Amino acid sequence: MSVLNIRASVEELNRVSAFVDEQLEAHDCPFKAQMQIDVAVEEVFVNIASYAYAPGDGEASISVEFPEPGGEGPDRPCVLIRFEDAGVPFDPLAKTDPDVTLSAEERAVGGLGIFMVKKNMDEVHYVYEDGKNILTLCKYL
Amino acid sequence: MLNITKNANGEELQINLEGRLDTMTAPQLEGELKTDLGGVSTLIIDIEKLAYISSAGLRVLLSAQKIMNKQGSMIIRKPSEEVQEIFDVTGFSDILTIE
Repeated sequence: MSVLNIRASVEELNRVSAFVDEQLEAHDCPFKAQMQIDVAVEEVFVNIASYAYAPGDGEASISVEFPEPGGEGPDRPCVLIRFEDAGVPFDPLAKTDPDVTLSAEERAVGGLGIFMVKKNMDEVHYVYEDGKNILTLCKYL
Repeated sequence: MLNITKNANGEELQINLEGRLDTMTAPQLEGELKTDLGGVSTLIIDIEKLAYISSAGLRVLLSAQKIMNKQGSMIIRKPSEEVQEIFDVTGFSDILTIE
């Protein structure tokens, strides 16, 4: 498992994406899955950077793991990406999904981020534990 | 990184995007559109070389679509399979005119 501890700031997004991509490429992750994971990672990290510690500053931790199938995780090859922050408790999964059938005029600009995470990942889990928000993304490979 | 090239021809404006349209680069395109859409009746956005789009990028496209609905039309050209799939899951395929 690889871990990146980093300032929760939008300016660090490129480093976060590069860290995750490096792990995915080392495991020959298919391009399409990599792009879907990149989108999810961006949405989650930008959320943490924008809201977890606002208006102050704080840290986030991102870990990437390729568990052996049949262990505690899913019984198939996958990547687990875990985000931790010690900011305000916030369950991003509690939000209602936007209505994606509305026209351009009816659509709000925004509110799509977490929806895209859910759509692009196979499993998303949230838990608040020991003063930390822990969001785990799972993508089958 | 995002490269933006523009070709203006009368009331038609074509914008070619190359690279990534994400949280970091979306403001760049938003700024360009803010200054360039006056008097434009046809906006063509060629994304053949766009490798990646996140919700921040979708937001900018939606804003542009709303502006162009009032003054003409907007066409998105040549999305990659991966970008097309992002449009599909978010319902943007129904909002945007994609060729």
